[in-house]
Amino acid sequence: MAEKILMKGNEALAEGAIRAGCRFFAGYPITPQNEVPEYMSWRMGQAGGAFVQAESEVSAINMIYGAAATGKRCMTSSSSPGISLKQEGLSYCAGADLPLLIANVMRGGPGLGNIAGAQGDYWQSTRGGGHGDYRTFVMAPNCVSEMANFPHKCFEVASKYRVPAMILADGIIGQMMEPVQFTAPEVDPSKLPEPSWALGIGEGRTKRIVKSYDLREGYLEKMVMERVARYRELEKNEVLYEEKMLADAEIAIVAYGTSARVSLAAIKLAREKGLKVGLFRPITLWPFPKLRLAELSGRIKKFLVVEMSLGQMVEDVQLSIGGRAEVNLHAKPGAAVITAEEVYDTLERIVKKGAKEYAVAQ
Amino acid sequence: MQLLNKRPESLTEQTMHYCPGCGHGIIHRVTAEVMDELGIRSRCIGVAPVGCAVFADTYFNCDMIQGPHGRGPAEATGIKRCRPDAIVFSYQGDGDLASIGMAEIVHAAIRSENITVIFVNNAIYGMTGGQMAPTTLIGQKATTCVGGRAAEQAGYPIRMSELLATIDGASYLERTSVHTAPGVLKTKAAIKKAFQCQIDRKGFSMVEILSMCPTNWGTRLDNPSEATKFINDDMMKVFPLGVYKDALKQEQR
Repeated sequence: MAEKILMKGNEALAEGAIRAGCRFFAGYPITPQNEVPEYMSWRMGQAGGAFVQAESEVSAINMIYGAAATGKRCMTSSSSPGISLKQEGLSYCAGADLPLLIANVMRGGPGLGNIAGAQGDYWQSTRGGGHGDYRTFVMAPNCVSEMANFPHKCFEVASKYRVPAMILADGIIGQMMEPVQFTAPEVDPSKLPEPSWALGIGEGRTKRIVKSYDLREGYLEKMVMERVARYRELEKNEVLYEEKMLADAEIAIVAYGTSARVSLAAIKLAREKGLKVGLFRPITLWPFPKLRLAELSGRIKKFLVVEMSLGQMVEDVQLSIGGRAEVNLHAKPGAAVITAEEVYDTLERIVKKGAKEYAVAQ
Repeated sequence: MQLLNKRPESLTEQTMHYCPGCGHGIIHRVTAEVMDELGIRSRCIGVAPVGCAVFADTYFNCDMIQGPHGRGPAEATGIKRCRPDAIVFSYQGDGDLASIGMAEIVHAAIRSENITVIFVNNAIYGMTGGQMAPTTLIGQKATTCVGGRAAEQAGYPIRMSELLATIDGASYLERTSVHTAPGVLKTKAAIKKAFQCQIDRKGFSMVEILSMCPTNWGTRLDNPSEATKFINDDMMKVFPLGVYKDALKQEQR
């Protein structure tokens, strides 16, 4: 059994990435993710890797683009406005089929917004975010232990399918301290096989090119479709979710990250009052656990989506359920924290008065 | 029969797409000759830009990466930090390096990133069709300044070698030109020094090369001397040739 350490979410994320074999980090200061580059700045050297404080988020993602092209496990982190700046580079990384890890410790938006935790970047993360057709493997941790252990899964999936992976956390998960256990296997990067496409010392082999373009007619389509075949495999094999108290549930709350923690507290309140409510927590946001939700909608007829944004994930829930059940929304934008009590009130309303679809909590 | 000259091993057999009279082919060739002569071809990783030289990834016979406009020095940084045993170079034009990529080149120099930059300055955007570049001369015509660049509207051309020479981290900086045969030889010698700087782990090196763009300058394609005349009479007045920084020499003093 791994020992329990008290750690901040952002630091656990950084340490988890190192243990997963990450040996290059580039980042730029932005709240509330500053502990990631701060931790990396001293820890990476200890681990025999390299750390660069970049001049901008734009530069940081491009350093990662170069680093990933050498086949090394590498990472950048930022928060919402900084992640927007990285989208051009992320699109190139996806277009060049490079595995890498990007962490977004979300804050309030749009614009400068504020520095408190929020979930407003769901669409940006799960729809690509940059230009062109591409997908990013997205994991949403809801506690410090998951911050610590998700980097391993992200690197494994990223390497296997040659896609960028993202950890979509929020300022609350990033800033809070919890006992954490590093349970994911520790990876020695020197033991990882060199990928067949990695740039390096070309002695005795033909040259290699890492690129995202092809100007010849029809070739880019072929390149994209080859990638889509990998996306289809990934969708089949890598969906993760968690279910709590759903066996007898008449209402299912669908929530991820911090919203899922609050929802769980609301579910406990509801259960005390005799309401049969359970939790469905998507852990991978792309691929979204749509098949399982569709299955559940055969039995559960009321769903409540809880998110710290105007209502973004709710669209994926609706797409998954396809009208077979009622979908309600408890949404709170602007980096305002949802309380268990207000979620409970919404649950009561749903039970008593029936659904009020897309009701944004005041 | 005696073989007097051949294609450098560091160039592939791919036919280049450059326009007649363009300087890129010459600069590719001398860079490849230097890679051959220093015996570093198999250790080289090149970064191709966005712009006319985007296909440099197919011309150089070494591992290559192509990335976003202006970000070459950032990619080169990531590569070099992960593969310190590789010789990493970024090949960039003036729009790429001095406009959209100004932050990346300046900060690569500030960090004294141990990479080499080949900077081709032809005072115009080539691939997009002749727009004003940050290096376009006052009075020079471009498709976004059809009456000629006016300082009051568009400011002044930027001198990158001079700018980077103010940075402690810049170790070797030289401006050359490929509009004459001696200029080509000097360019090759400068590129060799720049690569040697990296091999010796002396930090950031860049060679700025004044180069012809007859197509977008509107000079006659059947008379290359019109374009070389523009470099000689106009560009070199604004962009004087010479060594702007030589950290190795300064150490010896």
